[in-house]
Amino acid sequence: MSAGTEKIDVIVSDIVKVNDLVTRFEFRRSDGGLLPTFSGGAHTVVEMKDGDITRLNPYSLMSDPMDQTAYTISVRRDDAGRGGSLFMHQQVKKGDRMVISYPVNLFSLDLRARKHLMLAGGIGITPFLAQIKQLSRSNGHFELHYACRTAALGSYVDELTSGHPNAVHIYYDDRQQVIDLERLLDGQPLGTHVYVCGPKGMIEWVRKTAADMGWPREAVHYEEFLAPQSGKPFEVYLKRSGKRIKVGEHESLLEAIERAGVDAPYLCRGGACGQCETDVLEHDGEFVHRDHWLEDADRASGCKIMPCVSRFEGRTLVLDR
Amino acid sequence: MSRRAPPKILTRNIYMSDFKFPPSIKSRPVYGVLEPRPGKSHLMIADAEGAEALLRLASENPEIFSGAHIIYIPKDTGETFVERLRAAAPAILHVSPSYAACLPRLRRVLSDAHMGLQVYLAGTEGLMGQAMVEATNAGIPHSAIQTEHRGSVARRMQCVHCKGITEDVMTDPFVCSHCGLTLFVRDHYSRRLAAFQGVCIDAEEPGNIPAPVELYK
Repeated sequence: MSAGTEKIDVIVSDIVKVNDLVTRFEFRRSDGGLLPTFSGGAHTVVEMKDGDITRLNPYSLMSDPMDQTAYTISVRRDDAGRGGSLFMHQQVKKGDRMVISYPVNLFSLDLRARKHLMLAGGIGITPFLAQIKQLSRSNGHFELHYACRTAALGSYVDELTSGHPNAVHIYYDDRQQVIDLERLLDGQPLGTHVYVCGPKGMIEWVRKTAADMGWPREAVHYEEFLAPQSGKPFEVYLKRSGKRIKVGEHESLLEAIERAGVDAPYLCRGGACGQCETDVLEHDGEFVHRDHWLEDADRASGCKIMPCVSRFEGRTLVLDR
Repeated sequence: MSRRAPPKILTRNIYMSDFKFPPSIKSRPVYGVLEPRPGKSHLMIADAEGAEALLRLASENPEIFSGAHIIYIPKDTGETFVERLRAAAPAILHVSPSYAACLPRLRRVLSDAHMGLQVYLAGTEGLMGQAMVEATNAGIPHSAIQTEHRGSVARRMQCVHCKGITEDVMTDPFVCSHCGLTLFVRDHYSRRLAAFQGVCIDAEEPGNIPAPVELYK
């Protein structure tokens, strides 16, 4: 059994269009009971039954972590993705029954911090919405810098700026407003932790700038869920289970393993947590590593793969699963 | 109730500049070698032979040293390293007669500091441990603080019975300078107290006390 795979049966109790790209979904327990509390930054894995395909996509919980009556997530439509977000936008209707996982947090606040400096890009705002609600209860010290493409696509900007006028700073790309990161990091009081959630480039920019300015690695937190990308179909032999499986074009290796009825560990399904790390017993071909978990040495050795996001192109792949 | 004779603290300093501590339990701190790190400011705290580690850093990276604030406690080394440290031209060199005497300065420096501060500790375990408590209380993760052991291998010990601290312990067992119990020197370390744990050695059989042996001999 994988950690974080406890499931909750829910009903879609509300669907709200936030803007052209983002829609918010609210879930309540179908048995009318209370949901578990969580901590800001946690995500839930939503099961999507789309015909023959079952997708399991992680979404950050954005509701108040202490509110046990409902969970909310915001889904950004990705027209070029594998279809998970399109399924949520187009197929899911109010009143539908769905299955979600218990919350898992891979992006929690370090509550030893003297100050929480949050940097969000686009839909990366969602974990911060829950964290800010959590911190507001304890009068926590935070500052949010949120970059959006345009005012029309600035999800939750009004709610944030009216609720926390002195702590929230908004930057619009179309007005050429850019976070002045070096100036922002310079002069932060000792004990400040920085958190970043957004596109890959933004995360790398923040991590590198902070490291160059002498910020300890332990004070820099980031979360980026990688969606599994499509690729050429390939075959895999699961030695321990004695099964030969085929990974489809729009399916991840992990999904194919699960479809074959083999229980494989996972947590984030986005290449970040390391839970699904799998030993490669034999291979003849090229790995397409997409996670940010494996060290360069692991990749070079050809002995490890993260099946949630990574793929393979070649003749033979044998996994210890 | 008869009391033991007033405790005599065994504090013969032995100088082992590059002493390699034998592998031990996870709780025991492990020290490294100071290396220059990028940062907005640099705070260096050393005692006695710890100066050697700072001087090596200075010779390899004068740039970092020129902006550094150094707090130095010479202990038994007197003037041996002070002039050489001054000659390396740090921004501030504060020579202090004891750790207690420089503590208000250290706290003030940390309370004014910003992210990007690098902390370098060198010298005895007691000094590094206590300075690390201040730095972590100020918000720096302990794993981000560099340390390099130099000089005496004496330990700062806490008696688990009376909670008193005995500084510069050089033998195992030793006599608690507060309650007089004879204590076994453990590797069990507290980052919060910056001290190792000392436990009564003759609790089961009062009076059966092995002869003290110098640490690491």
